[in-house]
Amino acid sequence: MRRLFDLSFRHKIPLWGAALIIFSSLTIGAALMTRAYDDMKDAVVISAGNLGQTLANTVAPFLLHEDVWRAFEIVRSPIRGESAATPVQVEAVAVLTRDGRIFVSSDPDALPMLTDVRQLGDDWRLLMARLADPDSPSAPVVLEPDGSGYLYVTLPITDNDAHLGHLVLRYAKSVFLPWFRDTAMSGLAIGLLVLAVLLPINWYWGMRMARPLVELAERMGKMPATLPDKLEPDLYAYRDELGQLFLAYNRMVQALREKAALEGEMVKSERLAAIGRLAAGIAHEINNPLAGLVTVVDTLKQRRDLDARVLRNLDLIERGLLQIRDTVAALLVQAKVQARELSRNDLDDVHTLIEPQARKRRIALEWVVDMPDALPVPASVVRQVLINLLLNAVQAAAEGGHVSLRLACDSASDARHPGRLSIVVCNDGAQLTDDQLAHLFEPFNSGREGGHGLGLWVTWQIVTQLNGRIVAGNHAGEVRFSVCLPVGDVACSTALP
Amino acid sequence: MSKVFKGGLPNSNRRLCLAGAAALVVGGMAGSRLALAGSASRLWRVGMTPAFLHDQHALLAEWRNFMSDGLQHPVEFVQRDSYRETMDLLRLEKLDFAWICDYPYLHLKDEVRLLAVPLYQGRPYYRSYLIVRRDNAYASSIADLAGSVFAYADPYSNTGYLVPRYEVRRLGHDPKSFFRKTFFTWSHRKVVEAVASGLAQGGAVDSFVWDSLEHVAPALTARTRVVWRSPEFGFPPFVSHRSVTDEDFRSMQRHLLGMQTSAPGRDLLMRLRLDGFIAGSPALYDSVTRMMRAFGEK
Repeated sequence: MRRLFDLSFRHKIPLWGAALIIFSSLTIGAALMTRAYDDMKDAVVISAGNLGQTLANTVAPFLLHEDVWRAFEIVRSPIRGESAATPVQVEAVAVLTRDGRIFVSSDPDALPMLTDVRQLGDDWRLLMARLADPDSPSAPVVLEPDGSGYLYVTLPITDNDAHLGHLVLRYAKSVFLPWFRDTAMSGLAIGLLVLAVLLPINWYWGMRMARPLVELAERMGKMPATLPDKLEPDLYAYRDELGQLFLAYNRMVQALREKAALEGEMVKSERLAAIGRLAAGIAHEINNPLAGLVTVVDTLKQRRDLDARVLRNLDLIERGLLQIRDTVAALLVQAKVQARELSRNDLDDVHTLIEPQARKRRIALEWVVDMPDALPVPASVVRQVLINLLLNAVQAAAEGGHVSLRLACDSASDARHPGRLSIVVCNDGAQLTDDQLAHLFEPFNSGREGGHGLGLWVTWQIVTQLNGRIVAGNHAGEVRFSVCLPVGDVACSTALP
Repeated sequence: MSKVFKGGLPNSNRRLCLAGAAALVVGGMAGSRLALAGSASRLWRVGMTPAFLHDQHALLAEWRNFMSDGLQHPVEFVQRDSYRETMDLLRLEKLDFAWICDYPYLHLKDEVRLLAVPLYQGRPYYRSYLIVRRDNAYASSIADLAGSVFAYADPYSNTGYLVPRYEVRRLGHDPKSFFRKTFFTWSHRKVVEAVASGLAQGGAVDSFVWDSLEHVAPALTARTRVVWRSPEFGFPPFVSHRSVTDEDFRSMQRHLLGMQTSAPGRDLLMRLRLDGFIAGSPALYDSVTRMMRAFGEK
């Protein structure tokens, strides 16, 4: 039983529905059958009363005069042949004398005349007991003995108040049965028809109810481990409690996803910021002794008394120190605020710089620039961002591929909505993997042969210091870098030293 | 019930036994026709009784027309279900002629004259049949029906009442107590029905009626079995009331005796399952008289 209740709604709703429908059909059917049987019995009793009264009145004088044959003709008159099998068809008629003997009957074989009916079986003994009962009414006595195949209706035969005997009408229930069976069969046919209509509807309705619930339950079950998908909106498009539950679920999933995304971004930003701080700290620690070392080497080189071998070594040391200084300088990006604004000429310069690189790799360069002649953003760092991103794109694009730049800006409308410069650089090279995306902007993380892995790091540093945002991602078969920079007199971020 | 008597009869109409013609009772009854005097075209009323299958109404209507045409005199058939009623009508002079059983004829011998005797199978005789139900295999005589329910035809029937009682008496029993129960069906045909239905275990029936029924309603007679056949008795006769004039008497007698000479008459006789009529003689009924005397009658 417990297993029955543990079943999935997918089975439980249709099963319970079907059980209820079948139970209801059977109950109603049984009630109607009982009613039909009672109605039929009433019809038999009424018909028997009328027939019996007529027969009793007609047969009375012949009973009085002991005219057996005339009485026989009378009691036999309502008996029909086999063909007339209606429920109200009397099976046998008997005239009983006062002492309970058969004066005449319509069926002399089964009910021979002169026989004491009490010898004819329990039915008749019961009937005689009922007739002998002084309390029994003089109106028709209806007797339906248990376990008997017959229904008996008995009327007194009287002549001028003299009681002559009884007229017994016997109805065979076996005649009821085919009639009753016909009624039952037609009832059953209608019942099956109703079931044939209701059961599929119930099944469909059950599935309709259960499928969304099942999917919801499955998704909720995965919940702590993974973040499940949203439910399709056409799965259950109604606004009842179930529909409201789905909406709430979808809202919850949406909120969880946003939270997860935000957390991911924050972790990434935190990491990059930490790396930046670490890099800057190291750079400072290195720069101070490095400046002294470079000065020492320079001073040493001024001396005349050095032999050629020492000089060669000094040159080696100097080149090494300068390389360290360049590397540290690259790590320690400083988006210094400069007075010069970005002009169209800067864009043309960038184009001039990139174009030969692109041509070398037979890359189509798409150049869409929509900006005023001058824009209040620091020109040199924006140029560096553009060059970094475009060179990266040209390197990443396939041979004979495609690189595009879309630069647009919307000017400031008021103080609360400062203008924005939007730079989008796309290439049709290999898509970035999740792992690449996670560590894209970290230093010394080149995904490419020959790269030192500082280009994107520098770009990220510049954009972040300008209070902008940079996002990389795969979009419609392209790798896209989007930069968004505030326009105008924006204070530079002090997050970085 | 109309088209019933089919098939030709063997030895049909030619072989008429006219032996009894000389014995015609010629009782002149002048002066007793007060009621009929003065109306030559007065209706003749002919009583028909259950001595034959008198419920074949279409046949009777045809016969009446044939009779009216042959006699050039209007005729009415009066049907009664019991012999007693027909006898009363005769006594009351409500009937001029009647086809009655031989037993009533002997009862009414003083009031009626023997007019004609039908020929059945070429002879003016018939019998009583003792019948039981077909499924009664053991009964072979009336002795086997002691203590049973027995159906008589009519208290004034010879073959349906007098003969079985005489037979019981001949076996040394009292007919009043020999059977457990007896009743009258008022018709020979209904005796067959009573036995066939099982209401009575045995019955006595007119052989002419039973044989006719065997053709008319074979399903009915098939449910019965003839156990015993009585000796022959004179066939139920046509009689005339003594008040009928000799002229009318002879006219009717001529008509009946001449029935087989015309084609329509032969057709009617065939359907009545008769071969014709003879004048007959009261002596035909002497054996019935003997039985009546045995019961102290007459």
